[in-house]
Amino acid sequence: MKKYQLDLEVEDNRMVGPGVTLLTLRNDKGLPDMVGGQFAEIQVPSARVLLRRPVSIHSIDKEKSTVEFLIQVVGEGTASLAALKVGDTVNVVLPLGNGFSYRSTHVARPLLIGGGVGVAPLLFLGQELAAHGIRPVFLFGGRNEELILRKEEFMKYGSLFMTTEDGSAGEKGFVTDHSLLLDSESFDRIYACGPTPMLKAVAHWAREHETACEVSLEHRMACGIGACLCCVEDTADSGNVCVCKEGPVFNIDRLKWFN
Amino acid sequence: MVQLNTKIGSLELKNPVMTASGTFGYGSEYADFMDISRLGAIIVKGTTLNPRQGNPYPRMAETPSGMLNAVGLQNKGVDHFVDHIYPEVRKIQTNIIVNVSGSCIDDYVQTACIINTLDDIPAIELNISCPNVKQGGMAFGVNPDSAAQVVEAVRKAYDKTLIVKLSPNVTDITEIARAVEGAGADSVSLINTMLGMAIDAEKRKPILSTITGGMSGPAVKPVALRMVWQTAKVVKIPVIGLGGICSATDAVEFLLAGASAVQIGTANFIDPSISGKVIDGIQEYLERHNFTSVQEIIGALE
Repeated sequence: MKKYQLDLEVEDNRMVGPGVTLLTLRNDKGLPDMVGGQFAEIQVPSARVLLRRPVSIHSIDKEKSTVEFLIQVVGEGTASLAALKVGDTVNVVLPLGNGFSYRSTHVARPLLIGGGVGVAPLLFLGQELAAHGIRPVFLFGGRNEELILRKEEFMKYGSLFMTTEDGSAGEKGFVTDHSLLLDSESFDRIYACGPTPMLKAVAHWAREHETACEVSLEHRMACGIGACLCCVEDTADSGNVCVCKEGPVFNIDRLKWFN
Repeated sequence: MVQLNTKIGSLELKNPVMTASGTFGYGSEYADFMDISRLGAIIVKGTTLNPRQGNPYPRMAETPSGMLNAVGLQNKGVDHFVDHIYPEVRKIQTNIIVNVSGSCIDDYVQTACIINTLDDIPAIELNISCPNVKQGGMAFGVNPDSAAQVVEAVRKAYDKTLIVKLSPNVTDITEIARAVEGAGADSVSLINTMLGMAIDAEKRKPILSTITGGMSGPAVKPVALRMVWQTAKVVKIPVIGLGGICSATDAVEFLLAGASAVQIGTANFIDPSISGKVIDGIQEYLERHNFTSVQEIIGALE
C-alpha cells in the first residue's frame, strides 16, 4: 500500500479516559485507503523529542476526511501530542504496516479482544467488519471499568463484553477467564491488541482451542517503514523481522510464543 | 544555475547529499516519499559475508535530541545481496554504495571481492566502526594499525572507490584517518555512532539488550562537526561528513568544515523526505550567497 506523508489539521483533541486522549486529524484533500490494524507515525511537536510516535489508526470517517487516534500519555512525546490544539498542523506518515487479515481471509464470527489503550485499532476493524455485514463481538479487559475505553463507540458496531480485575464491570478476572470463551466454537477468528502478557494468554488459548488468531504487537520503533531494523520480533519462519513492516499484526503461528 | 556536483575519488556525485548506511534501507523504503534518484548516492545497509540475525530486541532507546541503536548488522549476507537486492537497486538512477562489515580481515576482503564484480556498484564504504557487534567492527577502527591492516587488505582486492567509515570512539580520529589514507583509502566518512547507554530507572535495568549502543541524531552533531574539521585539515583524500544532519544548514556547516559530501542518517527516520529537502536547501544557500558551485564552500570556513 502506498504510504503518504501528510500535514493534517487538528480537528479535535480531548481526554476520553485516565491519561488517554482522542486526537482527530483532518485532511481536506481526503485520506488514503487504510486497513484496520495499520498505524501512523505522528511527528511530535517538541524540540527535545526526536522520533515520531507510532500510533494505531483508531477510526476513520471518509466523508469528513478525518482520522482518529487514541493515545495514552506515557512520556514527553505523547504528552506533546495530547497538548495539540484545534487548528494546529501535525505531520503524519500513513498508512504503515499490515493490518488484520479480514480483507484477504474469510471470517464470519470474529472475536475482537482488547486491553487498555490496545482497544484502539479494534474500533476501525469493527467499523470495517460491520460495513461488510459482519457483526463483531468485542471482549475488553482492564483493571477497572474506567480503564475500558470508548464503550459506547464500540457498541455501535457490535456487542461488547468486559472483564475487570476488580469486578467493577463485566466479569471479574482476565479476558481469557470470560465465559464467552467456554464455547470455543462460537468464534472462527480472534483479532487481539493489548499488553503483551494479555496477547500471550489469548494466543495460548487460541492455540489450545485451534482457533485462528492474529495479534497486534507494539514494539519500540524509530522509522516505522522497515529501514532502521529496531523494532524486530523473532519469528519462527524468518528470524528477526520488523514489526513496523511485517506487522504490527502477526498470525500467532509465526510467533515463538509456544515453547 | 549553481553546480551541485562533487567528487569522492573518481566517483562523480550529482550533488553532495548521500543517505547513511542503515538509515535508508535499500532505498525502496523511501520511494513513496521522494524521488530517491535525486540523491548524490545511497549507501545501503551494512552487508557481511554471512547472514546475521543482529542483536535481540530491544535495540533502540530514544535520548534527548538523539537515539541509541544496537541493531548489530542484521542482514541476509552478501550472496543474498547479489542475487536479490542488487538486481533491484541497480535500477535506481544514482550511485549505489554498499557498506561492508566483517568480524575478521578475511570477511571484509571476501565481501569486497564479491561486490567488486558488480558493475553498477561504484564504491564501497568499509565499516570499521560499528559499536554493536562483539567481534570486528569497531575493534578495527579504534586502533591505527588494525585500521590500516584491514584497509590495506581490502585495497588489494577492491579496485573501485574505497571509502572507510571511522569511529568517533577514539582519542584522536585524525590518527586513524591518516592511517587508512596511508593504506590506500580513497575517502573517509565520519562519524559512525558514539558509544552510549540508556537505563530504565524504574526497572533498574539497561534499556538495550546489549546494554550499550550507538548514539546518533542532532545531539552528536557538534562532535561530528569538530571531527570532520580536524580530519579534513590533515588528510588529502576527500572527507564525507555525517552525524546529526537534519537540515540544509547542518549540511552546509559540514561542507564549510571541509567535507566534500555529507550523509543524512537518523533524520531519515524523522522526516522520510528530508534528504531531498537538504539538496534543495543547499542549492538555495549557494544562490543566496552568490556562489556558482558547491566546491566554493568546501572547507571555506573563514
